[in-house]
Amino acid sequence: MITMGQADLAKYPFLADAGAYLRWWDFTLEQLASEPEFEVVRKKAFERVYTASQMGQVYRPDTDSSKLPTEVFSFLLATILLKMSRANYLVQKFAMQEARGAESFLAKDLGRATTNIEVGLVTRIIWDLAQIRIAKRDQDFVVSVPEYLHRAAQFHAREWNLINRRVEAGQVFLNPRETVRLIRQEMVNYISSKISAAPMPPPVPGLDDMVRELASLNEKFRPQIVRSNKTAPCIEHAIDTLASGKNLSHAGRFMLATYMLERGRSIEEIVPYFENAPDYNISITKYQLEHLAGKSGSNTRYRCQSCEKLRTLNLCHATSECAGVTNPTQFGAVP
Amino acid sequence: MMPADEKFITECLRRYYYERFAGIEIPEQIKRREFGYRRPGSGMIRHQPIRNGAALRAILMQELPLEVFVSPARYLFPTLPMREKEWQGAELTFDIDAKDLNLECRREHTIEQCSGCGRPAAGRCPCGSASRRSVSVTCKDCIDSAKGEVKRLRDILRREIGVKRVYVYFSGNEGFHVHVPDKALLHMDKAMRMGSVDYVMFRGILPERLGMKKDGSSSLPHPADAGWPGRFARHMYGSKRPNKKKERETVSAGYGPFARMVEGLAGVLGVRIDPNVTPDIHRIFRMPGTVNGKSGMSKVPCNDLDGFDPYNEAVLFHDDAVLVRANCPAKFTLKQKVFGPYDNELVDLPAYAAAYMVCKGLAHVEG
Repeated sequence: MITMGQADLAKYPFLADAGAYLRWWDFTLEQLASEPEFEVVRKKAFERVYTASQMGQVYRPDTDSSKLPTEVFSFLLATILLKMSRANYLVQKFAMQEARGAESFLAKDLGRATTNIEVGLVTRIIWDLAQIRIAKRDQDFVVSVPEYLHRAAQFHAREWNLINRRVEAGQVFLNPRETVRLIRQEMVNYISSKISAAPMPPPVPGLDDMVRELASLNEKFRPQIVRSNKTAPCIEHAIDTLASGKNLSHAGRFMLATYMLERGRSIEEIVPYFENAPDYNISITKYQLEHLAGKSGSNTRYRCQSCEKLRTLNLCHATSECAGVTNPTQFGAVP
Repeated sequence: MMPADEKFITECLRRYYYERFAGIEIPEQIKRREFGYRRPGSGMIRHQPIRNGAALRAILMQELPLEVFVSPARYLFPTLPMREKEWQGAELTFDIDAKDLNLECRREHTIEQCSGCGRPAAGRCPCGSASRRSVSVTCKDCIDSAKGEVKRLRDILRREIGVKRVYVYFSGNEGFHVHVPDKALLHMDKAMRMGSVDYVMFRGILPERLGMKKDGSSSLPHPADAGWPGRFARHMYGSKRPNKKKERETVSAGYGPFARMVEGLAGVLGVRIDPNVTPDIHRIFRMPGTVNGKSGMSKVPCNDLDGFDPYNEAVLFHDDAVLVRANCPAKFTLKQKVFGPYDNELVDLPAYAAAYMVCKGLAHVEG
């Protein structure tokens, strides 16, 4: 855990431990939700989430020293509101917006860092966010070639090709802006993971209206789940398991995802099937689906396993309609 | 392969695996690798498991494969079909082949052969077939040029990519394989490996990386600069010292002509590797110490690249005399002996030379 000052926490509130921060200020969530003096925090928290849902808008925190606690509290309350409203689609948008906001601060802090303490702080922030080791070299920062390629190989602009970088002794040189751009997606993932992993807060009076409003806003972004009467029974079973909030094994998730990919569904269409999973995280789900679709990792497009293999994994729920089917993707197509 | 040829090659292999098994490198994490092999005159058998060195020896002695391959990749389940193997990383590998260097000498040691009957032929063959294939024989110039590419690649990998261990092998025919077992690079996916390929091949560089800007404030690199800017400058100035006049001329030509000039330099400055091999994370590679079925020579390590003579050190079949009918219009050198040219004649040759010609379809064992 990084020890940061108030100004740092305002810029990077997602690095704060919510519970510890409130305890440090000797406040409870109930006070934050109901007391009039926190009205400004509640409004700001809602505004942070609402702004995130509007395309292209980036929330800019107020780093005026008197406003710093409000910035941190409003971030923490925003994450609580998102959690309470189960607004998974808003979480992703919120994380993206907060990451973009923090990006400009982080680039500035990297550029300004000259003393060992300053460099140590920013390198630790980057390590916490992206598990990437950076070091300062003159005015630039360096990352190892594999760490660089791991991220930059996904970028389309030619300037990110390794050939267009200064590369020496296994290190790639980047200016502060480029260093932060390199880890943007990981900042988004970090924020959304943190919200997903947080425990569900108990119901708190005073937040109900905002929670309802966000839940309703979230619905606007929910893609429709398409159910076909030709879906194989093993797949139906997997969908039902997840829909009821029960855990589906890794092999079951692999089966469902590869089946849907082979049926031509897009990643955005498949994500909703997993949203009731106990450990659901939209970023991780998307990442894993991209991996299975061959868009990342080993670039192998994974196929749905055979019925024989699924039987050995206890995932088969065959019916009489499965006669002649050797792979779930054939269901409904075999006469 | 004709039955007598197959019998001869199989006997060579039996003796080879018996006498030279110690020269075969057993890969790390052997149980996690995919193996493949091909018997003389047969198709490839892939997705084979090998538990340890003893199991490998047993397979080689039983099956007597002409070619043996192993994956640089490690899998959780190496014997399952590719999509179910669960890839766990792969050594970074490069392939440099002399035929891709397109040297002028190539015409002199390349034989056009009828695909139907194997006779050297130009135009329609008397056998009626119009189909042709090219077969190349030994050439020191080609090997020396390929060595030059290996050295440039090794230099870039060590100085720029920061690689600690680079293993160079003669492929057993006309080129070299470069294996990089660094753990830090093991998990690079296809896109990341493509980035490395573009880097070593000098592909896709932007003029800005070489100091050329659209706004006219250009400053080209100094020959002493590290990496590609320095190599570009040394090439442009033809020396280790900058040349202001040459720089002014280059800059004044403008951004567009500069970009086109740099693009054209990829084939000159870049290392000429096979760009399809490195990103292929599932490819199986010839196993070090085993025979190359295209030549009868072996894939062997090159610890001293400058002093390495593949036509001596990789020729590992025995030298008992074998009677063959040879049809080879070009000379070739193995073990410091010059063979050929042969015009459909019966000759007694040491087994290694006979195997070389049989594998290339330039001779058949009389039997």
